[in-house]
Amino acid sequence: MNDIVNGRGLTLVPKSDTKLGMKDFKSDQEVRWCPGCGDYAILAAVQSFVPELGLKRENMVFVSGIGCSSRFPYYMDTYGFHSIHGRAPAIATGLAASRPDLSVWVITGDGDALSIGGNHLIHALRRNVNLNILLFNNRIYGLTKGQYSPTSEIGKITKSTPMGSLDKPFNPISLAIGAEASFVARTIDSDRKHLQSVLREAAEHQGTSLVEIYQNCNIFNDNAFEQLKDPEVRDDITLRLEHGQPIASASKAVRQGPRGLEVVPRASVREEEILVHDIHNPDPSLAFALSRLDEPAFEHVPIGIFRSVDRPSYDALMADQLDQATTDRGPGDLADLLYGGDTWRIG
Amino acid sequence: MAKQVQQLDRVIIRFAGDSGDGMQLTGDRFTAETAEFGNDLSTLPNFPAEIRAPAGTLPGVSSFQLHFADHDILTPGDAPNVLVAMNPAALKANLGDLPRGADIIANTDEFTKRNLSKVGYSVSPIDDDSLSEWRVHAVPLTSLTVRALDGLGISKKDAERAKNMFALGLLSWLYHRPTEATIKFLESKFAKKPDIAKANIVAFQAGWNYGETTESFSVSYEIKPARLAPGIYRNISGNQALAYGLIAASVQSKLPLFLGSYPITPASDILHELSKHKRFGIRTFQAEDEIAGVAAALGASFGGALGVTTTSGPGVLLKAETVGLAVATELPLILVDVQRAGPSTGMPTKTEQTDLLMAMFGRNGESPVPIVAPSTPSDCFHSAIEAARIAVKYRTPVILLSDGYLANGSEPWQLPDVADLPDISTEFASGPNDGENFLPFKRDPATLARPWAVPGTAGLEHRIGGIEKADGTGNISYDPNNHDLMVRLRQAKIDGVDVPDLEVDDPDGDARVLVLGWGSTYGPIAAAARRVRRAGGKVAQAHLRHLNPLPANTGEVLRSYDKVLLPEINLGQLALLLRARFLVDIISYNRVRGLPFKAEELAGVIQDVIESE
Ligand code: SF4
Repeated sequence: MNDIVNGRGLTLVPKSDTKLGMKDFKSDQEVRWCPGCGDYAILAAVQSFVPELGLKRENMVFVSGIGCSSRFPYYMDTYGFHSIHGRAPAIATGLAASRPDLSVWVITGDGDALSIGGNHLIHALRRNVNLNILLFNNRIYGLTKGQYSPTSEIGKITKSTPMGSLDKPFNPISLAIGAEASFVARTIDSDRKHLQSVLREAAEHQGTSLVEIYQNCNIFNDNAFEQLKDPEVRDDITLRLEHGQPIASASKAVRQGPRGLEVVPRASVREEEILVHDIHNPDPSLAFALSRLDEPAFEHVPIGIFRSVDRPSYDALMADQLDQATTDRGPGDLADLLYGGDTWRIG
Repeated sequence: MAKQVQQLDRVIIRFAGDSGDGMQLTGDRFTAETAEFGNDLSTLPNFPAEIRAPAGTLPGVSSFQLHFADHDILTPGDAPNVLVAMNPAALKANLGDLPRGADIIANTDEFTKRNLSKVGYSVSPIDDDSLSEWRVHAVPLTSLTVRALDGLGISKKDAERAKNMFALGLLSWLYHRPTEATIKFLESKFAKKPDIAKANIVAFQAGWNYGETTESFSVSYEIKPARLAPGIYRNISGNQALAYGLIAASVQSKLPLFLGSYPITPASDILHELSKHKRFGIRTFQAEDEIAGVAAALGASFGGALGVTTTSGPGVLLKAETVGLAVATELPLILVDVQRAGPSTGMPTKTEQTDLLMAMFGRNGESPVPIVAPSTPSDCFHSAIEAARIAVKYRTPVILLSDGYLANGSEPWQLPDVADLPDISTEFASGPNDGENFLPFKRDPATLARPWAVPGTAGLEHRIGGIEKADGTGNISYDPNNHDLMVRLRQAKIDGVDVPDLEVDDPDGDARVLVLGWGSTYGPIAAAARRVRRAGGKVAQAHLRHLNPLPANTGEVLRSYDKVLLPEINLGQLALLLRARFLVDIISYNRVRGLPFKAEELAGVIQDVIESE
């Protein structure tokens, strides 16, 4: 293709003339998550972050599927579409592909995005439509009252699995990188500063950004991410991913071993042996290897942006084809179309 | 030897061969020549779902039937006057449809021991007298083609493949068809392979010359151009007309068209056609599945586009939940269902009218959706505009029920004047509608439609979704009375869609029997009614284009006849609806063979009903 409209991210979304604040993005609807749910923290983080983008409020759209997190759009005073189970990425694709002047956000959960909507998610990622997908991962079904989800650990005892779940969970980051998503990140509900810094990058990225947000469901799966919050251990198990920086926690470091990446005591390696993070690496293999470091069980968890690469977005390519067709042959004319085939006259 | 020329008023030809023999192309070209000549025509392609079914077998037979005449005709014809059989399988598969005395042009080169035994002939039927009821023209089409191409330097295989053009040339001679357009067509089709273009053209001309010189054909035929209504015509298939109708709907509504679709027989051609017209601002999105196709279309509608999805029965099921979401969110959406034989995969390339009840009721909850059904290939154009008109005006999903027969069949289409097409544009909401406030579910009292406020409009930010909404505000509501009200409002909106009255065709005005139809049965029913009337019988005919809501006078029309006969290619789906709604004792006639009705068959049924009075 020729010169693609590239690198646009939010460039086609009109800017607000007035300075907006958090209150401008709060709708008049009563928030109805369980008290103590991690969703509150994420909502507050998003509401206080979006004014920073400086966009017109009416040009922002939040689209969701079904699940606790999918109530999110009702609480944002923007345009919103609470849709059906698993289909938000597909609905948002149609919207974003036909309206490049919108900033489109998809709010989804682990069941919505990875079970019933798994197909739409991977295809949105491979297409690279200009969307920001926030995947609230609480590793459980909340709205249907506590069945195991596709991110629950094996052996999870729930109402539907009294003897323990049998299936291996998805790692959403691995899945997204496997689908060659152009932007993949992980953050956590309780760390507002980190969450907002990731959202900022996601919003500016052109194409699909997938942000996994570890979210605590205090009713059905409380403390699922406790190690990442507990001041005693969190700095040891959290591997902060920062572009151009060595990948390490307080006590551990990541290096290239003979059979791939390995996590070793920080003290055992020289500083220059520690792997330096490169979010722009066009080859997804290393980012994928990083996503596997928390396997099997949260001993060390990479947090941050795994991957952010430049790739033309689907909607820009689509718009380009329309422009090209019009440039080549002029705008469509209905009479020419109808009368343009093999015609004959009678009478 | 001077050959005789005989005048005919109409002819039905069926080209039949292996699916690799190019019969569809041959039929298409003969159709184009016939259209150019000015006959009225109607076509019926019939092909296996497999792309290359095993060669020489009965399941691998592909055929194309063309009916053309010097007067206006309504169907592709019941029984062929001429069968072109490219191999023994094609002969055997089609012989049952051939009336006594019909011509058979058989490619004797393919009547080998091996090919004969594949379809269970121990002796060639051409050699014994089993075909004595018909006029057999034994023509070694393959070897004549190969000989004609001798010296062109192309491979034997390529030469043999041109035999369909030899057959086309022969038939073109036999019926005095104009040939220039076919030659031009071949030149452009094979522009990148000039030797193949040449081979096909030479084969085509050799076929023509063969007709002129051989003694197997002593007569050729002339069918005068038809005296149709004055105007400019083109030949068009249902799928192409439907695609053009959607483009016209986009132009006439001033809304950009967004098609979300997943390939499925027999609807894929609409996706193919629309994807060629990007300069109309049309976005075509080939989705990962049926659900994503309709979901993306609905997302685009939310953004202010004319969202369309195209599919067939199995896809409609998968899309049902999203159509329900469109009902709940009250957004415009067009779902095109090109019906095919079911259940399940059924017979993908065969036609049926079996999705009506699914279109009516195939969603959870009270979920009314308007339904429009085109009656002829060219009517697909106008029906698509009508579906869009309703969708946009009433903010509702609309189901357009075409079928495989309309989709692939073709007929001459008197082109409309673009200036006469209806203006179906609407206005987006631009400001508050309730004092200072904007209520996304405050309805227009005349249509009960809600405002369509698209993202990007300042001050109208609002949230919609599949959860029940409070009347007016659109906020989530579980209030029992509100739900009852919303269920009734959604129903009342669809019941109130403005559809024209049902028209009855009864030339003498004193018929006591009404034959009613919907969708693609129009041609066979109208042709049957003509036959009955010619034979002195009295029958009135009416055809429903709007199936939901029904025209306001439907009950009155039904009740004003002693008997109402309703032929359907299903087990009585519309009959069920009409009986329930109007308590009229409809007489159903149902055949579900994957094929359209025959006019003769229906004429007999109508006659029986008249006589049983
Ligand atoms: S069930 Fe869990 S995820 Fe859902 S609102 Fe309650 S705490 Fe939050």
